[in-house]
Amino acid sequence: MTLAVTDEIALPKKRNRVLAKFMKNRAAVFGAGIVLFFVLVAIVAPLVAPFDPIKPSFSTIRKAPSLLYWFGTDELGRDVFSRMLLGTRASLSAGVISVGIAIILGVPFGLVAGYFGGWLDASISRATEALLSIPFLILAIALAAFLGPSLTNAMIAIGLSAMPIFIRLTRGQVLSVKAEDYVEGARAIGLPDFWIMLRYVLPNALPPILVQATLTIASAIIAEASLSFLGLGQQPPNPSWGSMLNTAKNFMSQAPWMSIFPGSAIFLVVLGFNLFGDGLRDALDPREN
Amino acid sequence: MLRYIARRLLIAIPTILLVSVLVFALQKLLPGDPVLTMAGEERDPEVLAFLREKYRLDDPLIVQYFAWFGQVLQGNLGISLRTDIPVLKLILTKLPVTIELAIFAMIVALAIGIPAGIISAVKKGTSIDYVANVTALSGLSIPNFWLGILLIMLVSVRWQLLPASGFVPPAEDLWMNIKTMLMPAIVLGTGLAASLMRHTRSAMLGVLRSDYIRTARAKGLLAPAVILKHALRNALMPIITLSTLLFGELLAGAVLTEQIFTIPGFGKLVVDAVFNRDYAVVQGVVLCTAVGFIFMNLLADILYVLVNPRLRHAR
Amino acid sequence: MKRSFMMALAAGLLMSTAASAQTLKIGLNDDPDVLDPHRARTFTGRIVFASLCDKLVDITPDLKFTPELATEWAWSGDGKTLTFKLRPGVTFHDGEKMDAAAVKANLDRARTLPDSLRKSELNSVESVEVVDDLTVAVKLARPDGTLLSQLSDRAGMMLSPKAFAAADFAQKPVCSGPFKFVERVQNDRIVLERFKEHWNAKAYNFDRVVFTPIPDTTVRLANLKAGNLDLLERLAPSDVPSVKSDSKLIFAPISGIGYQGLTINTNNGDRAKTPLGQDKRIRQALQLSIDMDVVNEVVGQGIFPPATQPFPLASPYHDPKYDKRKRDVAKAKALLKEAGVEKVKFELTFGNNTTTQQIAEMIQAMAAEAGFEISLRPTEFAAMQKEATAGNFDVNVIGWSGRVDPDGNIHAFVTCKGALNDGRYCNPEIDRILNEARSITDEGKRKALYDTAQAVLLDELPIIYTYYQPWPFALSKKLDGFKPYPDGLIRLKGVKFAS
Repeated sequence: MTLAVTDEIALPKKRNRVLAKFMKNRAAVFGAGIVLFFVLVAIVAPLVAPFDPIKPSFSTIRKAPSLLYWFGTDELGRDVFSRMLLGTRASLSAGVISVGIAIILGVPFGLVAGYFGGWLDASISRATEALLSIPFLILAIALAAFLGPSLTNAMIAIGLSAMPIFIRLTRGQVLSVKAEDYVEGARAIGLPDFWIMLRYVLPNALPPILVQATLTIASAIIAEASLSFLGLGQQPPNPSWGSMLNTAKNFMSQAPWMSIFPGSAIFLVVLGFNLFGDGLRDALDPREN
Repeated sequence: MLRYIARRLLIAIPTILLVSVLVFALQKLLPGDPVLTMAGEERDPEVLAFLREKYRLDDPLIVQYFAWFGQVLQGNLGISLRTDIPVLKLILTKLPVTIELAIFAMIVALAIGIPAGIISAVKKGTSIDYVANVTALSGLSIPNFWLGILLIMLVSVRWQLLPASGFVPPAEDLWMNIKTMLMPAIVLGTGLAASLMRHTRSAMLGVLRSDYIRTARAKGLLAPAVILKHALRNALMPIITLSTLLFGELLAGAVLTEQIFTIPGFGKLVVDAVFNRDYAVVQGVVLCTAVGFIFMNLLADILYVLVNPRLRHAR
Repeated sequence: MKRSFMMALAAGLLMSTAASAQTLKIGLNDDPDVLDPHRARTFTGRIVFASLCDKLVDITPDLKFTPELATEWAWSGDGKTLTFKLRPGVTFHDGEKMDAAAVKANLDRARTLPDSLRKSELNSVESVEVVDDLTVAVKLARPDGTLLSQLSDRAGMMLSPKAFAAADFAQKPVCSGPFKFVERVQNDRIVLERFKEHWNAKAYNFDRVVFTPIPDTTVRLANLKAGNLDLLERLAPSDVPSVKSDSKLIFAPISGIGYQGLTINTNNGDRAKTPLGQDKRIRQALQLSIDMDVVNEVVGQGIFPPATQPFPLASPYHDPKYDKRKRDVAKAKALLKEAGVEKVKFELTFGNNTTTQQIAEMIQAMAAEAGFEISLRPTEFAAMQKEATAGNFDVNVIGWSGRVDPDGNIHAFVTCKGALNDGRYCNPEIDRILNEARSITDEGKRKALYDTAQAVLLDELPIIYTYYQPWPFALSKKLDGFKPYPDGLIRLKGVKFAS
């Protein structure tokens, strides 16, 4: 996460070996399995939801889990299980898309700053530090409030707030890769900078970025929950796990199932991303043979 | 070394200036009208105009910024729009609370992260590695506020062991102070344990793989305990560096934890200020957080250079 | 011998701690703003002032006026002079005398301080005259039937004139209430201690009162259950059963003088130009499609009495004629048909908190059955205020904490230039009636005027009232003598720990 401590990683030679190494790591495979499972759930959600996840049903308010309602019902009588199925989409996409935005915007800045150095590096680094030093949540709240309340805007706000992490990480990686013989060599034979960055520098900087991405997806999912709470994320009556959790908070003692299931879902999916990322990191690390 | 520090401090100045501009711009982006918020149900045009005038809200943004920044340079951060309390005084009463929380959380994180990291490095590839790994990652994966509420419900309401919220200054009642800090520190610390564990593990693995240790091991010259000691000593420095960095993040990350446990610290101050459009407080607090964050980063870098002397000239 | 001495000592220590432990801890819903009654705006601020600052008159639980700093008062024949006789021998916390000159200084400050938020409340006052040491005459520009109720709240609170000259008054407020200010840590606590020289000190039993803002209702209740609080305000309705079933707690709700409702943008900018904003039949259909009894049951746990008008059930101005509103989807559909529309789309904006969101979702579902397509938009309160004033809304969920005088619940919301009339509903006839009603003091005549106004307003529906704002308190069984008031404030007179 910081330039100081990230491992230096050499170019992975054989993709197959990486895959084989990854598959040997049971925890990582388990993590990947969890992630895959939730992605599938997000895709088939509307097909398998047993009840209408949106329409209140005043005769079934806060019913405990049963054979009919697997995860119980919520404060407006809606099936928690069906709502969670639908919420998987919002929560997963909030995590993945916002991190995607952060990477797409952050990595080029980091590449340029690290590769060219000089005033370009200085100004990008100062701006990054400035952004990083403002608490993440405050930045996200301000941006989301400015953009207007919706799930899409929340994703943009989270993505922008997470961007500096990736600038900084990429820059650090580039700095350590730049000194490697093959980059020096490519420069010596006069390959264009753009090509060197894309072909030699980026691939070697990518593994830690992927690892960081898993971590950030985790915080992005939670950030979406926080923004939903402020009316800046998912709009009711549509659910996201975060917004479900925030409603459920008021019913902790009367209807614990309302919070236990969405909370566990967030926990599981975030754990999945983390295990997956860690496994990826180990598999990509050439020193671990 | 001194020259390096001086250079770094100099670099920090534009960053802090940038932060001040950013914060200023950001809060102008926030929807809503601070004067309407301040005036409550009073809509007397004279009153609204007076408030606008008093807080210079009609001036061009640039004028407002320099007026504010000029005051900051003289050590005046303004007064809270909501309560009239000077922002500097607010910061000085809230900062120690958050620092204490951060220290407690750091202790929790270190207590979980370092042993877990060592164990999983030494027992790499075994099921113990997995258990340590999953445990540390679980802390990171539990939503902060969910864990907080679960703890309050269980520990405070059901078992009545610890107070559910609030803060008691240590000078007033040290025991009570520790009791109120325990749950928030756990909630905040568990999230960081995973980071620490990861880096401890990778630093330990790095050392364990070094030629020196490998040879010694192969020849059976060193007892496992010696290896561990040696490895740990070498892995310690990056861990300390990381801790410093994380500490800066902790200060910022306390935002949510303080909100859940109603701890009157920095994070709560700034979140409430954002919602009440208490501009002077938002500006002052974020500026202060940023300075602290940058300072901690500087400290981490200096520590890092201290351990890796060859880097001194590289920069 | 030695042992019995030790035991006596221990017993003495125990007793002394028991005696000194007379600290009352109150949990508030949010942190109050400036502690200056003339400049404050928050409701929780009013709760603190209720113990800190005495006012000229107070109210009784049945909304009658009762002496506080003034022992008696009288209107002049033309209704343009209100004369107060003041309680003799009252001092402020700093030892200054609370006399006619002090009252004049206070009312003048509330009227003229540039950032006073009491200006509109004291709008009718032309001058304040000191008649003698203990007599004050308030001269009005026009007769004002609402003045007494204004003076029963922040506008009538008396601060030490010597102290309010200081710029940092709000940081160490000096009043004449039963408790005086000790310290405040923003977001953490406000501490008051007993004012021994208070004119009615005997009626107050605590040495200290500590107000702690805990915004999260769950955590607030957790603190009460764990014994860290003795009393809390605004219990979440969902927690009502849990408090009722707790043998150590008392549930003390009271229906308030405020209401919740939907403000419809009928005349404020482009967003008023919708079928809903322009056609009263569509608004009537919306009202008919919502079943507030169900809301009361599902969300309110029975403490959200459905509202049909701005005046609370306890008010003499309440007109029972409108109480029998029932949901009627068929009639709502018929009205829409008559108006020539089948589907009506609009956006419902509300300040985000769990309860309001739940109600908004219910309204959305119920109104859908009649043909309304409502999109929900939760928003921050601070952002909502500006948008509401600017007319950037279709329908807003609003809440009003309520005032003792009926005028305070209606005038600012529906008169053409009303300060809180976000929908800009404007009907000169209503303005005329409501202006007349505020200028007289005779209850019967006022009631007739309000009845006339309501007949029009409840037909045109610029505001659809939803339910009466309750003030649910929860307190420890240890506490004796607590009595909730319909204004939601906490009065500590006669409240004590059970021995």
